Amino acid sequence: MMRFIIEKRTTKSKYSVFIVPLVSFAISLLLGAIVLAASKANPFAAYKAMFEGSFGNIRRIQYTLREAMPLLMCGLAVGIAFKLKFWNIGAEGQYVSGAIGFTWVVQFWTFLPPVLLLPVGLLMGIIAGGLWAGVPGTLKAQWGVDETLTTLMLNYVAIGYAEYLYIDHWKAPFGNMGTPKFPDAAILPSVWGRVHAGVFFALALVVILWFILYKTRWGFELNMIGKNPKAARYQGVSIKKNIIMAMLFSGAIAGLAGAIHTSAVAQKLTTGVNGNYGFTGIIIAWMGGLNPFGSIIVAIVMAALSTGAGQLQIALKLPEAMGAVLQGLVLLPLLAGSLFNEYHLRVIKKGAE
Amino acid sequence: MMDFITKLLAATIAMGTSLTYATLGEIYTEKTGILNLGMEGTMLMGALTAFATAYNTGSLFLGLAGAIVIGAIFSAIHAFLSITMRANQVVSGLSITMFGTGLANFLGQRLGPQTNNFNLVGMNLQSKFNNIAIPGLHKIPVIGAFFDVSLLTYALYLIIPFAWFYMYKTKYGLAIRSVGEAPRTASAMGLNVARIRYLYTIIGGMFAGLGGACLSLSFTPSWNDNMTGGKGWIVIALVIFATWNPGKAVLGTLVFGGITSLQFSLQAAGFRMVIPSQFLGFSPYLITFLTLSILTIANQKRKSLFSAPSALGTSFAIDEK
Repeated sequence: MMRFIIEKRTTKSKYSVFIVPLVSFAISLLLGAIVLAASKANPFAAYKAMFEGSFGNIRRIQYTLREAMPLLMCGLAVGIAFKLKFWNIGAEGQYVSGAIGFTWVVQFWTFLPPVLLLPVGLLMGIIAGGLWAGVPGTLKAQWGVDETLTTLMLNYVAIGYAEYLYIDHWKAPFGNMGTPKFPDAAILPSVWGRVHAGVFFALALVVILWFILYKTRWGFELNMIGKNPKAARYQGVSIKKNIIMAMLFSGAIAGLAGAIHTSAVAQKLTTGVNGNYGFTGIIIAWMGGLNPFGSIIVAIVMAALSTGAGQLQIALKLPEAMGAVLQGLVLLPLLAGSLFNEYHLRVIKKGAE
Repeated sequence: MMDFITKLLAATIAMGTSLTYATLGEIYTEKTGILNLGMEGTMLMGALTAFATAYNTGSLFLGLAGAIVIGAIFSAIHAFLSITMRANQVVSGLSITMFGTGLANFLGQRLGPQTNNFNLVGMNLQSKFNNIAIPGLHKIPVIGAFFDVSLLTYALYLIIPFAWFYMYKTKYGLAIRSVGEAPRTASAMGLNVARIRYLYTIIGGMFAGLGGACLSLSFTPSWNDNMTGGKGWIVIALVIFATWNPGKAVLGTLVFGGITSLQFSLQAAGFRMVIPSQFLGFSPYLITFLTLSILTIANQKRKSLFSAPSALGTSFAIDEK
């Protein structure tokens, strides 16, 4: 007889950081293969099709990178709030707010010279996203209102409002839905095929966030609050101020992501503005271990799983929803495996105790 | 006018049935301290399983059973990840929703008849859970709407009071509440925290599965991609609106079901909407946001008004401090 017990690690394992994700990913591939085989598809052919669909040629690589950008930015946005153990699951709504703010400027601020449309529009996206996050941040800091639930609720308010705007209030005179196309001056240019200039913002943010989190006093304070709020308070760190600041910052990044993606890809406010990037961003922040550089890889993997799914449909006649199934299958073993970063399993033989 | 109100109430009850089942389930789950954000995915899987089973076997009750089983399986995954593996509950719930919606939409294109390219979309059931009118009672204006409903709704008339009684008047309910409020104390008193959390997370999932089945077997007897359309998120809102009290769950579903039905019936009656329909669409979330904020702020002065389980969303292990 054997018994398993889960024990807290006394020392941090050097290997678990690499082994856990690798083993989890292998289990995911295996589970995915079972699902694929059960639906009478050859798992190897399916994985090959998915890889080709996401990285098979230059155009597809560009497409995957374009999809990875909003994911990465939302992941970064959520990550900074998570440093404080603050659950901002409202990145989706902040992203949509950013898109609304951007649209408002570029469509209606006609007094602006064209050169200023893009910068002012992006700035408005940042402000709108920041405010949308600042409200639950302030409620939490000032009165302790549960942030997981408030940020979640505000998502659907923003999405509903955006829908009202593009179906009704701001709808172009022709067509079913959507605002008129943005003026040319308001569209972020392409830098490499489908990859647009937003990539500079995304990469700059990675560096900036890494610098803030690991090299500045503010980052140090955020870390301390997240790990040990009591100690932080004794050190004279204002938790309230930091929660509000982190949330404003978090929402601002998500808002910028929404503004950029709407400008460069949709080029108008229309259906599909809530592309689930904010929700997936939560998962990316968590998988990336809240490290900005780690988030880059995770964002590309998650983007590839959804862009690759299109190829599954073309090559193997499998429903595209398989992409979401595989995304879920990547996550579940990894979640289970996360235990082993902090704990380890000990096998006890009966009688040996 | 009376007729309009009765019809509106009937539509509200029909729509609210699915929400009420899932909300009751989530209340029990959250009361033990587990936040299950996988509701949307679990409900959609329930709807798919119920429809596919009923379509392929011809039995509505097998469909219900299938939905309950799949709800149990999906919530057991969440329970395993968040209780045994101590994974983050928010991420785990979101992953379950992502996986569940994907799998349901995928299977919806796999479990249909060969003649329809294995697609379930566009298929019809031979029968559905029809409304059963109680002679005499259903003729009463307005209130009569409660006596001309499907079997699934009649069952709720028993389940709701029982769920309230079980939570507040039995020792099992006391155990649930202590585990959700103060797991450490509960454990010291000899309660098995993990077992209680597993049990009610799984029961919560069964109710979510049933909620999904109400949609595909009764409310709109068909299968469509994403047919829950965000109802799983409304459920999370309704739990807060009901202040985690199973007895009050029905009030929330009536208010929110009513808002949605009103939207449809006014449109159908050809009214020019004063309030845009999208505003009605997001009002449940806005109302919940305001309710939660106001109650929390008011609660700082006066206790007991508001009862979010203190340990909600946190993992618990005996060996830790």
